[in-house]
Amino acid sequence: MTRRLMQGSEAIADAAILSGCRFFTGYPMLPFTELLENMARKLPAAGGVCINANSEIEAVNMALGAAATGARAGTGSCGQGLALMQEGIAELALNELPLVVFNMARGQQDYFQATRGGGWGDYRTITLAPKDVPEAVAHTQLLFDLADRYRTPTILYGDYVIAHSSVGIEVERLDFDPLPAKDWALDGSMSGTGEARQIWTWARGKPNTPGPGPNQSWQTIAEKYDEIARVEPRFEAHCTEEAEILVVSFGTTAIFVDRVVDELRAEGVRIGSFRPITLWPFPGEALAQATEGCAQVLVYELNAGQMVDDVTMFAADRSAIRSIGGVSQDNSGMRQGDLLNAEEVRTRVQQAIGQPGPAVPSGRTRS
Amino acid sequence: MTTIDTTSVPDQPSRQVVGFKPDLLQSGDHELCPGCGHPVAWRLVLDVIAELELSNNSILIAGHGCYTQMMKLSDLDSLQCLHGRAPAVATGVKRMVPDAAVFTLQGDGDMVSEGLHEVLHAAARGERVTALLFNNGVFGDTGGHLTATTVIGQRTKTSLEGREAEAHGYPIDVSKLIAQMEGTAYAARGAVNTPGMVARTKRMIRRAVELQMAGAGFTFVEVLTMCPTGWFVPTPAGPEYLEESMMETFGIGELKAPE
Repeated sequence: MTRRLMQGSEAIADAAILSGCRFFTGYPMLPFTELLENMARKLPAAGGVCINANSEIEAVNMALGAAATGARAGTGSCGQGLALMQEGIAELALNELPLVVFNMARGQQDYFQATRGGGWGDYRTITLAPKDVPEAVAHTQLLFDLADRYRTPTILYGDYVIAHSSVGIEVERLDFDPLPAKDWALDGSMSGTGEARQIWTWARGKPNTPGPGPNQSWQTIAEKYDEIARVEPRFEAHCTEEAEILVVSFGTTAIFVDRVVDELRAEGVRIGSFRPITLWPFPGEALAQATEGCAQVLVYELNAGQMVDDVTMFAADRSAIRSIGGVSQDNSGMRQGDLLNAEEVRTRVQQAIGQPGPAVPSGRTRS
Repeated sequence: MTTIDTTSVPDQPSRQVVGFKPDLLQSGDHELCPGCGHPVAWRLVLDVIAELELSNNSILIAGHGCYTQMMKLSDLDSLQCLHGRAPAVATGVKRMVPDAAVFTLQGDGDMVSEGLHEVLHAAARGERVTALLFNNGVFGDTGGHLTATTVIGQRTKTSLEGREAEAHGYPIDVSKLIAQMEGTAYAARGAVNTPGMVARTKRMIRRAVELQMAGAGFTFVEVLTMCPTGWFVPTPAGPEYLEESMMETFGIGELKAPE
């Protein structure tokens, strides 16, 4: 492959196909639509199947069926569509079936949906929030690996900016450790052998091969998520050495925050930033360390305050936390609203730390 | 495999028959009510799978209801899915394992009440699966409640004086809807209330599975089954009651079949 200018949605599609995704389905909904379009165009040529579903409920259940055969499968949506998928995502989790869900979100208001889920039972979804297209390409491949490794649904938390930004990129295959064989997958071949396979959230098994039943099965699954929470947190800390002020943000917002942090650092402000890369498992231990000694922990997210709950659980000093983001939507091509803007980030950070307005305008200037 | 002659009325009372259990059942014990029609209907499916030599190449996608018992007992690679979603799940399965015989098993609440969307779209796409509807006209598993196929006049715990169209609407003839779909290769409705009906229904199931394996399109068999518990009728009265109520409303026969 060579470096090529392409939209984030196309790059993610290429990464999914490179990961061995053989089944993809979804119901069109911006900004997930372009990913579905790209998969519809590219997946059949790669020997896979892409179906334009008739609802998000149908989509997630089709993907569940494909995943149950051992095939790598993906689906996606955002907002209200992701809400419709939640029952299915829970079912995948409790059936221990792998799936990658591309939540190409309209802003950052799906944080709760992605990290808390809306389905039944004791489950979690590994959720990665890339800050840009190259990271989304890497995360896509990582999520297919993690989904198989832990037999769980995983979520890519993208957005308009990632879906619609065109960047020069070469989609390269990442290498991962070998995975266990999918000896649980259904292909019909175990039927009639006396040891037919069964995938069932209640895990009762069949007369010849009794299962552990729901109590033991769900407890084991919960322990698996405990293990993921210990092993898989990922984060990026920027200028956190001797920082007195820490700005926490996720996804594309972090790029704007980091620019402001760099400006203020150059001006002598002891400020740093922290970005959870895994929204779940939230990198709580790392955040606790990064916030140690900070007088202020500012949370900049484009919603009314969702990730701040996780920050509150882990920050060294709860009284230092302030939400300085907010709801941010508009009708532009990126739908980012007024707050995905370095100038606005800088103004809000300065207000929070009691500094006067910016000496040098930063970011784009709003008319 | 022992073959039981079901073409005529039994000349002796029922009894445990050695070898009566189909090979594809891991146990003959089930937890269903006396007089339930589901076990007879499911036996036909297992017999057809064995007769067509698909015993090592079949996948069952089961919905939620009394018939979930069959998923637990059958020696078939099985997936228990969400209520209403079996045809969507089966789509993902069949597209990835196109050479396997894929079956969905749903009740009327599962398919016609909650899952009408999924089954109609699967039929429209011509998914090469065999969808089975065990229709007893009530939510048996929850204790006898109104479904989308409960016939007019049927008493349930949520239509105490009997289903009235004005209050509860009309029952849906889902076989008729599915038969209208271009993607449907085969649609038929049978019943298990008499030995003759049992034999006729088995032929329908066999035809459906043969057409699935020939890649003809979506194949569908509705089986009217007795639920004396959910209907609040004496157990022995189930078969006759089925004939007077559901069979009278919906009729029996092939609604769509290749020439």
